Amino acid sequence: MSLRIHFSVNGTHKELLVESGETLLEMLRGRLGLTGVKRGCSVGECGACTVLVDGLNVDSCIYLAAWADGREIRTLEGLADGDDLNPVQQAFVDHGAVQCGFCTPGLVMTATAMAEKGIKLTRDEVRRELSGHLCRCTGYQNIMTAVEAVLED
Amino acid sequence: MLDICEYYEAESLNDAKRKLASSPSANIIAGGTDLIIRIRDGAMANASLIGIGRIEELKEISLCKNGDIHIGSMVTFRELEQNCTIKERVPYLGEAGGTMGGPQIRNVATIGGNLCNGAVSADAVAMLCCLNAVLVLESVNSTRSMLIQDFYLGPGQVDLMADEILTGITIREQDYLGYQGRYIKASQRKAMDIATLGCAVSVNCQEGTIRDLRIACTVAAPTPVRCSSAEKLAVGLKATSDNIMKIRDAALGDVTPRDSWRGSKAYRKQLVMINIQRALESLVLTDGGE
Repeated sequence: MSLRIHFSVNGTHKELLVESGETLLEMLRGRLGLTGVKRGCSVGECGACTVLVDGLNVDSCIYLAAWADGREIRTLEGLADGDDLNPVQQAFVDHGAVQCGFCTPGLVMTATAMAEKGIKLTRDEVRRELSGHLCRCTGYQNIMTAVEAVLED
Repeated sequence: MLDICEYYEAESLNDAKRKLASSPSANIIAGGTDLIIRIRDGAMANASLIGIGRIEELKEISLCKNGDIHIGSMVTFRELEQNCTIKERVPYLGEAGGTMGGPQIRNVATIGGNLCNGAVSADAVAMLCCLNAVLVLESVNSTRSMLIQDFYLGPGQVDLMADEILTGITIREQDYLGYQGRYIKASQRKAMDIATLGCAVSVNCQEGTIRDLRIACTVAAPTPVRCSSAEKLAVGLKATSDNIMKIRDAALGDVTPRDSWRGSKAYRKQLVMINIQRALESLVLTDGGE
């Protein structure tokens, strides 16, 4: 069954016909070519597919595309202004928080949601907020440092 | 693509009830963080779903005039944890919910979904059992309420009729006023893991004497259990280390855990004891543990 939905993605209004069994991940990658949204575990464990829905970080692999109707979706592709990275992206570069890069888009989205709230967090709180992301390369230390640097600014 | 042949977005509670009554094979979907995974695993071929996530009246947490707290079934774990009424009156319930999944899951997963799945490890459930939470179940023709303990029939089985929707949870003032609580989740990872054993304690302790104690454990039996014999023993006791040891030992008679790959029966029994002890020590211990 197809459903017609209206939503905005990275500030642009879209109208699409989606399938009832389509996930937000499938819609963003397959229909809109937003391949910064990564398909990792497909069961909401790894966080690679994290996008922002009305400002909240969610796992797009276990979120129905139909639920995007009327909502504002943001992905990695919408963060930089031309060649200017957003503060979280820049901090990831500055602090060497990227190795293979597969977990990076999801982490950047969660960290962007945290940064935009403008609330200072303790190290433990930062760890907790990032706990829905798995990174198999970095050991997390540089990621933590990058996120803390953004939150301190 | 998930094997979902039909999806209906309910516009109101009445709309959802009517649609459910007229679609015998349909399932309600809340946040979907469990259900979508079951569908992906092939457990529900040709699923027909009714979404209730946009029904505003199910998303509210309200403090009633009589002091009761009503939590709509579509309140997410994140909202539960951040809500002012919950923080002020039953902070330990928000904290218990805050151990579930990770942030992205808590932004979407709902308290109602957590209950209706009937998972033996559900993180909000142990504390709701201590709070004697009353569940409200509604269909086109009926409304009924029941204590949370009666809702659980077995692993993954709850007393929810095919045409019923869990609309909310009431926590009565008498069940939280004067109580402190703590939920201790034993799991192999601190985040993104399912409880090996969940232990919730709420206690009314005045001047060093336990007036009332409630202990509920999950993954300690086929359904969440209250440790009634330990609770009875505790009433009137001074909150001393010796008495806490007596209470935790008594709780062993109230649980029937099983062996699973997450933990053996013996290990789970140990977790029941040690986590009741730790929760009580942190809440009420008066003699400093000497």
